[in-house]
Amino acid sequence: MANALRSISLRRLAIATVAVMGAGYLLAFLYAPEDANEGFAQKIFYLHVPLAIVSLLGFIVAAIWAIQHLRTGDSKYDARSYVSIHISVIFGLAVLLTGAIWAKGSWGVWWEWKEPTLVSFLIVFLLYATYYPLRYAIEDRDRQARYASVFAITAGAFVPLNFLAVRLAQPLIHPRTFSSTGGLPDSMLFPFLVCLAGMALLWATLVWFELDSKAASANLKRIRRALEATA
Amino acid sequence: MERTVAVETGPVTDVGEPAIALRRLRRDFGDRTALAGISARLEQGESLAVLGPNGSGKSTLLRVLAGLLRPSGGEVSVLGCPLPKETHRIRGRIGYLGDQPLLYRDLTVRENLDLAAALHRLNPEQADIRIQTLLEDIGMAHRAQDRVAELSAGMKQRVDICRAVLHSPDLLLLDEPDAHLDADARTRIQPLIAATPERSRVIVSHDRELATAGADVVLELR
Amino acid sequence: MSPFSALLRKDLRVELRTLRSLPAMALFAVSAFVIFRFGLDRTTLDGELAAGVLVPTLLFAALLAINRLFVAEREEGGFELIRLAPIDRTVLFAAKASALVIYLVILELIAVPIFALFFLDSASGLLPFALILLLTNVGLAATGTVISTIATMSSARDLLAPLILLPLLIPLVIAAAGAGEHLLAAGGPDYGRFGTWLALLGLYDLIFLLVGYATFDFLLED
Repeated sequence: MANALRSISLRRLAIATVAVMGAGYLLAFLYAPEDANEGFAQKIFYLHVPLAIVSLLGFIVAAIWAIQHLRTGDSKYDARSYVSIHISVIFGLAVLLTGAIWAKGSWGVWWEWKEPTLVSFLIVFLLYATYYPLRYAIEDRDRQARYASVFAITAGAFVPLNFLAVRLAQPLIHPRTFSSTGGLPDSMLFPFLVCLAGMALLWATLVWFELDSKAASANLKRIRRALEATA
Repeated sequence: MERTVAVETGPVTDVGEPAIALRRLRRDFGDRTALAGISARLEQGESLAVLGPNGSGKSTLLRVLAGLLRPSGGEVSVLGCPLPKETHRIRGRIGYLGDQPLLYRDLTVRENLDLAAALHRLNPEQADIRIQTLLEDIGMAHRAQDRVAELSAGMKQRVDICRAVLHSPDLLLLDEPDAHLDADARTRIQPLIAATPERSRVIVSHDRELATAGADVVLELR
Repeated sequence: MSPFSALLRKDLRVELRTLRSLPAMALFAVSAFVIFRFGLDRTTLDGELAAGVLVPTLLFAALLAINRLFVAEREEGGFELIRLAPIDRTVLFAAKASALVIYLVILELIAVPIFALFFLDSASGLLPFALILLLTNVGLAATGTVISTIATMSSARDLLAPLILLPLLIPLVIAAAGAGEHLLAAGGPDYGRFGTWLALLGLYDLIFLLVGYATFDFLLED
């Protein structure tokens, strides 16, 4: 019964995600004005920045779940932490790709070291990419989960510090940033917030979906093993 | 920097509390079950012999009792403390001799034992005397300044036994204590590892005779 | 002697006796300097190039020590020795991190003067830079000890530690190289943003010492 309810809720969440994202991007492309300096290429801002914000929050959420895992020893928190990192890493990759496209559109280059958010994301991505070899290199399930949690906490503490450090590393004059969200006119801010909400819902939907399918395949494995034992 | 951990000395297990109580203890390693529902009870001052073929889980059992491994199922109580919840309360009251000596190769015999004494927060003067006495008892006093790497397997075993009993534990957990030892050495270690009214012990051995001699309880693993 | 001192002395004693890490670190650093001389085709360095050669070289040399930090604990039963003792396991974290800081300071006492000899026109910026390096060492030690423990228990241990560490250490590189750029400038040290870099290093050290202190216990279980 609980599982049926959960799958209905997941479906509702997915529908809400599609609705909000659809609305957000319609607004972004049809309602929001074009940027005076960057023109149409600036529209990718509505994709890039929400991806970035949600991805970073995802890493922090993963760290919080990792803390819960260490405190309680309950493996469901480890699963949540793992999936959160997984989805956030994918979002992070998308941040880098959309960032490159934006850089090309704005400045004519595919990469810009003077863009602090892009550089910070590169470093964060490189760090979290090691999460997978780390997990695969530890065979004992309990230890693997515990060590992954310690990593998630360490990396989560690292993320804000890293952003600060990269920002400090920029030359004091002439940093090259994408248009910031501060000082946005309402006609841009409103679509941006809708897109941000949509992206957060997308993250939640993907995490929930992956958790569900992992639970299902774990159940399947258990049933299979039980059948083999009795056969 | 360190928080002081209260270490109780002397027999603190309530009279009547068993030294060890196991109920359907289970330990899994992934898909493999090493211990499948072991039950046993050992009263204070008694000696438990654990027998069984290779791979039957004898060493695993010892490690669970030492608090080094968490049980996967069932109940474990050592010196009146349920594990794993109260593992911290039995540390310092257990003397563990594993299948590998817990000695740093590049330290001397004496340095290893001094380190063990410091880790157990023993009074330095008293520890000094005790180490000296133990080394003489097992016939290693003349090698005290040699690095462990230079010792034979039998010598390492004897030093490891000293390390295990150094802090006068209430419970000894011994995995093949007579491994690599000649007859003379075996005689020397007997008084060090014997069960006394204040000290219970669990002894794992291939040698049926050695283990069951003086054993109050015998546990056979398959 | 407290458990912390006993463990720290043990590490220093073993290193002094076996010299497994320090000579390798120093040789590595000096060889790297020579490689940079030819790679950059320069015989003097100042400002950002000097910092850009010195700081990464020290970092990579540190990785050699970090990789070896827990080898004895893993292979000679050190982890079990500590887990059996009635002490807070975080003491091991403190002792290992302190040992690492000491190794790094010794490395820098050798490598930095040689660097100055090879490449610098004036050594006046080195004293304030020593403070920067000290704070960097603490950050390296905090993060390095945690990641070294994780890597030691895994199967890909030699690869995993550098892989995970390098991104984690970037803020340290930013701060140390940022400060070095000014302190090792051609016209003499300039203290622009010195406070900023000190603050960043201090923040990094604080955060990762806390993370290490809070999570180390969980790394040693089971």
